[in-house]
Amino acid sequence: MEIISNISTPMLGLYVFVLACFVGYHVIWGITPALHTPLMAVTNAISAIVIVGAILIGGFSNPSVETVGGTELNIIEIIGFFAVIMASVNIFGGFTVTNRMLAMFKKKK
Amino acid sequence: MNLSNDIYALIYLVASILFIFGLKGLASPKSAILGNTLAMTGMAIAVIATAIHPDVTSYWWTIAMAAGGIIGYVIAKKITMTSMPELVAAFHSLVGLAAVFIAVGTYFKDINLGHIEALTAVELSLGSAIGALTFSGSVIAFGKLKGTFKFPLFSSNPVKFPGQHFVNLIMILGIIGLCVYFSINSDSLEAFLILTAIAFILGVTMIIPIGGADMPVVVSMLNSYSGWAASATGFTLNNNLLILTGALVGSSGAILSYIMCKAMNRSFISVILGGFGGESADSSDDTQVKKNYKSAGSEDVAYMMENSSKVIIVPGYGMAVSQAQHTVKDLWQSLSDKGVEVKFAIHPVAGRMPGHMNVLLAEADIPYDVVLEMDEVNSEFPTYDVALIIGANDIVNPDALTNKSSPLYGMPILEVHKAMQVFICKRSMNAGYAGVDNSLFYYENASMVFGDAKQTIQTIVNAIKGTGH
Repeated sequence: MEIISNISTPMLGLYVFVLACFVGYHVIWGITPALHTPLMAVTNAISAIVIVGAILIGGFSNPSVETVGGTELNIIEIIGFFAVIMASVNIFGGFTVTNRMLAMFKKKK
Repeated sequence: MNLSNDIYALIYLVASILFIFGLKGLASPKSAILGNTLAMTGMAIAVIATAIHPDVTSYWWTIAMAAGGIIGYVIAKKITMTSMPELVAAFHSLVGLAAVFIAVGTYFKDINLGHIEALTAVELSLGSAIGALTFSGSVIAFGKLKGTFKFPLFSSNPVKFPGQHFVNLIMILGIIGLCVYFSINSDSLEAFLILTAIAFILGVTMIIPIGGADMPVVVSMLNSYSGWAASATGFTLNNNLLILTGALVGSSGAILSYIMCKAMNRSFISVILGGFGGESADSSDDTQVKKNYKSAGSEDVAYMMENSSKVIIVPGYGMAVSQAQHTVKDLWQSLSDKGVEVKFAIHPVAGRMPGHMNVLLAEADIPYDVVLEMDEVNSEFPTYDVALIIGANDIVNPDALTNKSSPLYGMPILEVHKAMQVFICKRSMNAGYAGVDNSLFYYENASMVFGDAKQTIQTIVNAIKGTGH
């Protein structure tokens, strides 16, 4: 705990980032070229992890923020709403299409 | 110490691990479906954990999630496999735009809760700029891949204007300058929005000069950008799950770009600077000596193939365009039934995205163990009696090996000219995307089979079946 609290949060993030790049490097080189299209589709789906950020924006209600045009929603919730739509198209679309592609790869009977 | 935050961090760590194992699953088609399931589980865990986060106090976004989910699911179920490159480009654009929205939303949220730190301003700028670039670049890539729009920016030929690289450089400097200004005057919404707008334009001007044949690199590169955008968003939100996942995706796209560049013997920089490929690049017309090529009919091809012991089929973008994969499967089946050993050879940049041909062949129910990669098959071409090339051109051009003056020189190719007999199924004698004449067509052992790929293959199949009693 002592050590962690001495590093700033962004610096910790930088550690995670750099180490994750190394993990990515090793994992991706192991992937068979035949599955490069499904790889793109699935990385597409998981890059929609930004939905976590979208939900935090879309779920932000604070009485101090003005609501827009007679609705219960404030501008932050509305921006988040659209971000959630885009990210979830990606999540559901990306995983579904990956599954469809992978199901087609069969061995010789 | 905040126990609750640590618990969330722990849940996000589980999701991260599931993503890593999910990607690792793609090492083999056997483990790939399990991998996809693991990645889905990771995503579900991350979404549920965020939904119950104490900072989330309103739930209108659940409607957005349901709507987006249905849209995504329906598109993914209906899309044809030949349209996969466009779909992937469209999905990249959504991640990019979502990142922009999140950055803008975070700006308003942070302003509401107090003020914005200088470092946060830099992180917001990064997230928004990379997101905007990914969005507009992917929209252009989508248009180029789709190829049906009349709009000039969506032309698959390179679109260039004088001083293009200089303008791009100015825009990049502008973005950096505004980012610095924004971090000093961190409540300046104007600086933040102008910076984002410039990034949108930069995405367009960066992708328009890149020609159709370089699309595999562009799609991989945008894949990478969408990952970096997620990482930058993670830095803004101090969320390690986003940083880690973005880095995985970013490095995946970067490696794919590298593999594609290598397979074209081009440097990444030259692809980005663009201008390669398209109709304007053909200068060989003036100097071209009338050379003789042979042409063969479908019956000749059928006769040769069914009397050989080993046949190799090399598919290219032309197979995707004429949607010939199912007919190719019939050909594979009817030859296999006659005891002919039929294999497929795939060049890494065949088609419009990495692995494009493999997916099409898999869709047509061709087992993946008869589909070979370039490195596996190149030394074996002399053992094949017949090589049939379907809608591929530059990737089988022997000039890449022998002719130092060819623009393709140095590019690794499938050495089909070493097979006993080569048939090239092609619509006309036109040059390939690189605008380079293919010397293979004039080889002693090569014959052209003119016509639409699907129809030609169909008549070959009919001929094989017709004589088979």
